[in-house]
Amino acid sequence: MPWLTALLALPLVGLIVLLAIPGKARNLVRLWANAVLLAGLGLALPLWQSFDRTANGYQFVDRMQWIPTLGAQFLLGIDGISLLLVLLTSLLGPIAALASWNAIEERTKEFYAMLLLLQFGMLGLFLSLDLLLFFVFFEVVLVPMYFLIGIWGGERRLYAAIKFFLYTLAGSVVLLLGIIALYWQGGLHLARPTFEITELLKLQLALDVQRWLFWAFFVGFAIKVPMVPFHTWLPDAHTEAPTAGSVLLAGVLLKMGTYGFVRLSLPLFPEAAREAAPILAVLSIVAILYGALISLMQQDWKRLVAYSSVSHMGFCTLGLAALNSNGIAGSVLQQFNHGISTSLLFLLVGFVYERRHTRQIADFGGLAVVMPRFAFVFAVAVFSSSGLPLLNGFIGEFTILQGAFIVSRTWAAFAVFGIVLGAAYLLWLYQRTMLGDLRNEANRGLADLSLREWATVLPLLMLALAIGVYPKPWFAVLERPVLEIVGRFGR
Amino acid sequence: MNFLDTLWLIPMFPLLGAALMMLLGRHQFLDPQMKNSSVGHHHHHDRGHDQDLRPRQGPRWLIGPLCSGFVLLSFLWSLGAVFAGRSEQVLFTWVAGLPFPAFDGRMVTLTADWGYLLDPLSAVMILMVTGIGFLIHVYSIAYMAHDGGLYRYFGCLNLFVFFMLVLVMANNYLLLFVGWEGVGLASYLLIGFYFKRKPASDAAIKAFLMNRLGDAGYLMALFFLLSIFGTVRFTEMQAAPHPLLPWATLLLLAAAIGKSAQIPLFTWLPDAMEGPTPVSALMHAATMVTAGVYLIVRAEPFFRLTPEVGSLTAAIGAASAVIAASIALVQHDIKKVLAYSTVSQLGLMFMALGVGAYWAALFHVVTHSFFKAQLFLGAGSVIHALDGEQDLRLMGGLRHQMPQTFRTMFIGTLALAGWPGLAGYFSKDSILTSAWVASPVLFGAGLFTALLTAFYMGRLLFLTFFGPYRGDQNIHESPKRMTVPLWVLSIGSIGAGWFGTPFAGWLGATPEPHSWAIMVASAVVAVAGLGIAYHFYLRRPGTADRWEEGVAPVARLLRARWYFDDLYELIFVRGLARQGGDWLSAWDRRVVDGGVNGAGWLARKAGDISKWSDTWIVDGAVNLTAISVKLSSFPVRYLQTGLAQGYAFLIVLSLAAMAGWYLLRSA
Repeated sequence: MPWLTALLALPLVGLIVLLAIPGKARNLVRLWANAVLLAGLGLALPLWQSFDRTANGYQFVDRMQWIPTLGAQFLLGIDGISLLLVLLTSLLGPIAALASWNAIEERTKEFYAMLLLLQFGMLGLFLSLDLLLFFVFFEVVLVPMYFLIGIWGGERRLYAAIKFFLYTLAGSVVLLLGIIALYWQGGLHLARPTFEITELLKLQLALDVQRWLFWAFFVGFAIKVPMVPFHTWLPDAHTEAPTAGSVLLAGVLLKMGTYGFVRLSLPLFPEAAREAAPILAVLSIVAILYGALISLMQQDWKRLVAYSSVSHMGFCTLGLAALNSNGIAGSVLQQFNHGISTSLLFLLVGFVYERRHTRQIADFGGLAVVMPRFAFVFAVAVFSSSGLPLLNGFIGEFTILQGAFIVSRTWAAFAVFGIVLGAAYLLWLYQRTMLGDLRNEANRGLADLSLREWATVLPLLMLALAIGVYPKPWFAVLERPVLEIVGRFGR
Repeated sequence: MNFLDTLWLIPMFPLLGAALMMLLGRHQFLDPQMKNSSVGHHHHHDRGHDQDLRPRQGPRWLIGPLCSGFVLLSFLWSLGAVFAGRSEQVLFTWVAGLPFPAFDGRMVTLTADWGYLLDPLSAVMILMVTGIGFLIHVYSIAYMAHDGGLYRYFGCLNLFVFFMLVLVMANNYLLLFVGWEGVGLASYLLIGFYFKRKPASDAAIKAFLMNRLGDAGYLMALFFLLSIFGTVRFTEMQAAPHPLLPWATLLLLAAAIGKSAQIPLFTWLPDAMEGPTPVSALMHAATMVTAGVYLIVRAEPFFRLTPEVGSLTAAIGAASAVIAASIALVQHDIKKVLAYSTVSQLGLMFMALGVGAYWAALFHVVTHSFFKAQLFLGAGSVIHALDGEQDLRLMGGLRHQMPQTFRTMFIGTLALAGWPGLAGYFSKDSILTSAWVASPVLFGAGLFTALLTAFYMGRLLFLTFFGPYRGDQNIHESPKRMTVPLWVLSIGSIGAGWFGTPFAGWLGATPEPHSWAIMVASAVVAVAGLGIAYHFYLRRPGTADRWEEGVAPVARLLRARWYFDDLYELIFVRGLARQGGDWLSAWDRRVVDGGVNGAGWLARKAGDISKWSDTWIVDGAVNLTAISVKLSSFPVRYLQTGLAQGYAFLIVLSLAAMAGWYLLRSA
């Protein structure tokens, strides 16, 4: 059986079997979902070994006919960029499932069904090499996430879920128009109409056509990232979502936007991208500083982490806007890093929320006294997120800033203050929650990390350290595809 | 055994200690206090087994000696390596990024090794870091004996030494940055060691963020260097004039200012006194603040090519020296006096760097590390004896009860004040000589700083050890484990100054010839400063108060620490962070989300309108059709009632009609 198809089919098959399990057997449901997602990780990990770092183009390609009359295919394949995101998704899926073990007591079966469907959609998006298939997965992901937020979310879950859905749907509509227009262009200039991305890359589009298409795609992806000023769905959705939802939303879903840029917008419309790059860069820098400053002022622990994503994703889009090798490679690596660090932060706030059912920072303080191990892990997460060398965040930010510097010293000079502010809001959060005296009596009996909780954070901690200490292999994977993209800008 | 091939072991020893403490500390070296608190809360661990209930009293006493041992090993190893010669050792390719165009257009790859360089400059720093670091570790064993979280303390102390060693041993600017940020992390952890106290965690954050501000400059400098030279490896960078080189050096200077606590980024260092006193000794003497000086000495080729940045360095140094020394005059906290003194002394070093006397700066780093460590540890001994009291006004006369501490601090004070023949005298003299060659203004600032230094150190000494005791504590001399390191350090405070010329030679520098006039002036100033302090605080107590009233505005300025802290609080904390964050939050909620929610509202209104039009217009049209059909069908309806009798009646009626019509026609 083809590897990638199997990887993609696994959560779907798991979902179908799950539906046959009686909903009352909650632990069996949990066990099954965890097992399926873990098996997915087991299936995805060997890709890292088998992946050929010296080859150009896509690997492990699976091709089947889908809608022949339209030229749409079921076409899967990966390069170094999608490899990282597939691995990230495969890792965060089981972690999110394991983290929800005790949190979801109502409609447990439906919850895990949504989680599996979500996993299917996310993997499909990063695997597809057919534009129509890509779009289908882009939409598939919306549905389970809508329900995850809307059913198992916090107090304002309905507002958040609808806002999330409509925001992204609005982007999708414009994206779909762009895709259809691109398909139309393909029909005019290619031998036969097709949605295959590598075929569409052969198009020599006129600049004004590129411009229209670039901005159509931009709307779809910028909302997903989200870039300022399309970001306000994010704090609501992240804050109200259950822990698993927040982890996957921040860890994977946001990357669908940046992935869209790097896989489609940049290589398909290189001249338009070059024209638009300064605008993207300015929006990114605004996001970096703006997100950080707003994070400083949050009173809600989870909302603070949510806003920090705006800032961190600003670094990712800044790297893309640099349109050069280190900028783009750094951006992809930073997408991976953000998946690790922010997931850690969301997991940790989730653990505390499960114990105390509040997220208000003012309700905490001095937790390090009762939860020293938690405090240790939280400290590592904080420093990983704020880009301390020898942890993962640094190397991504460093290469992004270097890439930006090559294009414009001014960009780098502004963006570099993001690392100061990033440390500021995280350290202040740490102080207000972990340090000081244990003032609130309700926090006195809080249990430290359980074994299950350790199991969710430990892989992320080790990965954060591994990338920080030895980042070389990660660049080795990215080198070929990134140089290929940069080559399209004709410099 | 070849020391040069095993350079990597030097930082590895303290890293090992740090890792051991961090990973196993809580299990193997459980503190009694910690155990008590955890027994109380983890009820689910009590499963009735005896071994679970029995406190796991680990060998707590082992923590200190173990971690000190790691640093000692590191010291001995570096001693062996330094005597073996020079070396550069690349362990592995650490960062291997992608190619990019340098300023001159050639494509270069972004790479940096994890590699160590042992040259005279790094040798000096390594020996100082490990040697003085070791003494501070030993001292800490007794000083921290009664504190909880001992494993955390020693783990962080080892981590500090590790990162400092990476900083000074790195063979490229990117790896240097790892140590650079790493000591920032370690200092954050140690300044905030008493994490339950808000001032401690505040100070830790302040230190980290102010350092980060400098680090931002470092990163930018790195990008400039990368683009100018195409590499960050020291031995591959051939310094040559370049139009953008001034930017690189300026940004390196910014980084050094942050780390070495110079104006305008000096306010974190006095606050950092919130950490345990041995930590202050470590940060002020051997590690952390010396990193800025080291960086500029390392970047000497670039600074030589950009004299304008050099002048700025000297100006900042001179200003920091005078301002910090003036603030030290009025501090009542014994540690704060020493802290401002450090800023001031670092200012002298920056002045030396600015005028091109790199070796003199480094010389002063070394001598300063001896007597400043000694003074801080001595102050710690006093604070220890007075049960935490740090206010000079509540001390006095301690020389009788604490003879060992007194003697060593006496030596340290004289050394810092520049008493002829002691360490500080010689290194300060080298700086003053170089300053004189460069500019009389700088020389004047240096000499004035020396006068202030002698005065505030005399004040500290007299208020602490002479006169009557003004407190109410039961005083005791500190144990040997604390006083022995003090005596070892005093050897350096006395003797280190005599090795200036060989030191300069080793670094390959040619010192300015000594000028007898400057040496005499410097000696006179030192003695005068001490003499004035003697007059003010011992011979005529109260003189100082009268003077303070006489120059009240000046005294206010000094007490307010030249208003730097208030200014920063206003601009950054209240202004930028709080106000700016609030405004942006409001902007997000009101304007951006206002737009989104407004769009939602519009959509709902549009929905209402279409609902209305659906009901009245679309449905109206449909219903109208229905009604008109209904109306038009009204007569016909009665023909199809479905009642059989009706149909029969109709049939009969029709038959009758048809029959009638037939009959009539035929008739």
